Amino acid sequence: MMIETTNYYRWRKFKNRFFQFLLIMAAIAVLTPILLIVQYTFVKGAGSLNLDFFTNLPKPVGEVGGGMRHAILGTLYLVAIGAAIAVPIGIMAGIYLAEFDKKSALSRILSFAIDLLTGVPSIIVGIFAYILLVVPMKSFNAMAGGVALSIIILPIVTRATEEILKLVPDHIREAGLALGIPRWKVIFMIVVPGSFKGIFTGVMLAISRAAGETAPLLFTAFGNMYMSYRIDQPMASLPVQIYNYAISPFEDWQRQAWGGAFVLIIIVLGINLTSRAIINRNELINFFSELKKKLNSKKA
Amino acid sequence: MEQTVTQKSIKNPAPKGPDSFHLGIPFKLQDKINVWVLRTLAFAIITMLATLIVLLFKQSGEAVKEFGLWNFISTDNWNPVEDEFGGLSFLYGTTVSSLLALAIAAPVSVAIALFLNEMLPAWLGKILGLFVEMIAAIPSIVFGLWGIYYLAPFVKNTLTPMLKGSLGFLPLFQGPSFGIGMLTASLILAIMIVPTITSICREVFKTIPGHQKEAALALGATRYEMIKLAILSPSFSGIMGGVVLGFGRALGETMAVAMVIGNSTTISSSLLAPASTMASVIANEYAEADSDLHVAALCLVGIFLFVITLIINFAARSIVWHFNRKHAR
Amino acid sequence: MEEAKTILSTKNLECFFGDFQAVKGISIDYKEKSINAIIGPSGCGKSTYLRSLNRIHEEIPGAYNKGEVNLLGKNIYEKDVDPVLIRRNIGMVFQKPNPFPSLSIFDNVVIGLKLQGVKNKSLLQEKAEHSLRKAALWDEVKDKLNKPGTSLSGGQQQRLCIARTIAVDPPVILMDEPTSALDPIATASIEELMMELKKEFCVIIVTHNMQQAARVADNTAFFVLGELIEQGASEQIFTNPKQKKTEDYITGRFG
Repeated sequence: MMIETTNYYRWRKFKNRFFQFLLIMAAIAVLTPILLIVQYTFVKGAGSLNLDFFTNLPKPVGEVGGGMRHAILGTLYLVAIGAAIAVPIGIMAGIYLAEFDKKSALSRILSFAIDLLTGVPSIIVGIFAYILLVVPMKSFNAMAGGVALSIIILPIVTRATEEILKLVPDHIREAGLALGIPRWKVIFMIVVPGSFKGIFTGVMLAISRAAGETAPLLFTAFGNMYMSYRIDQPMASLPVQIYNYAISPFEDWQRQAWGGAFVLIIIVLGINLTSRAIINRNELINFFSELKKKLNSKKA
Repeated sequence: MEQTVTQKSIKNPAPKGPDSFHLGIPFKLQDKINVWVLRTLAFAIITMLATLIVLLFKQSGEAVKEFGLWNFISTDNWNPVEDEFGGLSFLYGTTVSSLLALAIAAPVSVAIALFLNEMLPAWLGKILGLFVEMIAAIPSIVFGLWGIYYLAPFVKNTLTPMLKGSLGFLPLFQGPSFGIGMLTASLILAIMIVPTITSICREVFKTIPGHQKEAALALGATRYEMIKLAILSPSFSGIMGGVVLGFGRALGETMAVAMVIGNSTTISSSLLAPASTMASVIANEYAEADSDLHVAALCLVGIFLFVITLIINFAARSIVWHFNRKHAR
Repeated sequence: MEEAKTILSTKNLECFFGDFQAVKGISIDYKEKSINAIIGPSGCGKSTYLRSLNRIHEEIPGAYNKGEVNLLGKNIYEKDVDPVLIRRNIGMVFQKPNPFPSLSIFDNVVIGLKLQGVKNKSLLQEKAEHSLRKAALWDEVKDKLNKPGTSLSGGQQQRLCIARTIAVDPPVILMDEPTSALDPIATASIEELMMELKKEFCVIIVTHNMQQAARVADNTAFFVLGELIEQGASEQIFTNPKQKKTEDYITGRFG
């Protein structure tokens, strides 16, 4: 047999090994900072949490203690406004794109607009909301923050709805129509509820994304240091509060920024992972049973 | 089929019974109303977006009038106190930080995509893949926080001496490092865009049929040669799509950059020096801008950012689209 | 006529996918300059067996082999053997034509040589023409050698893959249902080509098409559920099978 032991063959083997080494190095290069970020946020963040953090408002500058109750509630409030505006509109727009007027000029322009919104940097979204609501009301206000978040949520929900409805096979629609039910009812009462799980996941992903946004809130909801429920007044939010504390010179505020980051990451990743788990439930179950089998066979 | 159903229902109004939503309106009209409601909504979204863009342009009008478009992007004199504004340094900062981030992230992303898809067992690849994707879900502000308190000191105390020791003769690494600056911002950006490029690359690599890889192996290719021949070269345009999409993300990224770049409006050739990007200057100054001209100038910066990311995103989309069409055989 | 040399043989070869055993202890000898067919109902492990002869089976996650495959007397499953070198000596043609889409017709043919470090342009040129002529493709592609390999028709692509395989002069060529994705005319030309290849190579072909085996193969082996039922000269297998199962299968009563 022609066993090659030439230098060129050795060179090929070396290149192969070196390449695999590079891949492993790349993996380490990516995973290390991520582990560091997670570790830092968890250790520093969890360490600076206490009951006060959740139940108290900020203390005056210079005094130690106080919490972020107003910011946590503010974030929930702002995200709720954003979702209340964007989720129904987004789902309807998704239904329109998936079910009606395929390839008409209107649906093409809408599709383009949604693409455009998806790609707009979030800071520009802030400017949009500022022009729309802060300029006319002459004050930073919670409504503007909510609208800004709704502009973040809208395209994600629309695309998710559209993609999921496109997966529904046509024979389901035809079956409905064959029963003598009008088309709109077939869609709203058979097709859409049948895809509820998928649409719900899209909505949750969009909301988790919006909950972590800082840039669109900086000059819309702006932030404050006390509890406020007024929609026409500035409102605090977790990300903006973290930002303000992070760049402040006070050590206690910096500590609280880490606490805030920890809470924020738990909220955002929590929603994100839960909704992914919902959509991939079956896959997840398979995965774990396979893993169990593997571990068992290793033991045996 | 739909046609016959609806026509029939006009002649014979639907029977009562479980069909409780029947309102005495012919089915065809019901459908028509529904479609028109949705069309109105679609139209409203489009109009809203168009209005916002027009308002953004209008808001920046004063700055264009005062300085002229060309003058604005060709001068770097940004002085809110004197009401003089030129946006060159932000254009420079955005371009350099994003390109540098891309130069770091693109090869690493392709490598980690190959690592996950080709080297790990499927189940481990899935877990680590999810882990990498989670990076994209971490809020930008958390990256910024970590950037200030961990990465910036690391750059100042460890990376800078290393770079100065080996490449200190380059103009890129002159001057002192304060930790915060262009290099730190680029590193944070690189970490943030890795999941974007990686997930596109993984999708693209998955479209390669198994028999292509086997063809290469059956010819006596080593694993590296197989990857180069059967995976990387046919995926080139798809990878480019992912890279350009990552570039688009880097351009628009705001908070993490604003927190670690140092916010200096002077252009410096050194990567260690502080700088500013288009997004970071808007984040830093918009809320406190009190003169109309300042707001207008920031809006003009915003328009540039908007238009550039728009072009980049659509370029990426069309590259990926062409790739998918080519491989949809 | 002198006795032909045994070039490749399997001894108690077993193939597994995780816990599932697809091939059960098969021993066959293959002579040089012959065509050997492996037939059997689908799921009988014939492809898996074939893919174990050049160690490509083990590329599937969870798949592994037991037993021996001897190439010129050396067991290719011994620990110190590099599969890269084995595959260079045992070529393979797949069910679906699979030229590399990013390479030109010319590069597709010489890629095996290039991988081995052949850089001499005129040598590559010569080898490409030689292989394409042998694969009966030269006249059809000589004017468009720089077009992508995927621009050809299905049958041409398969002949291109055969040219790619013979360009590195492997003593053994494996073919895994090479005509199942092709139309009858393309199939006929591939079969003609096999008869030509037989003059130099040992060809082992897996096929679900019994007529094809009867037409081209010198020897035929019949598999059912991973076991070798019968092997021998094709003439004997198809006209006078010793086993009942073989007879049932070739007369269409089973499978």
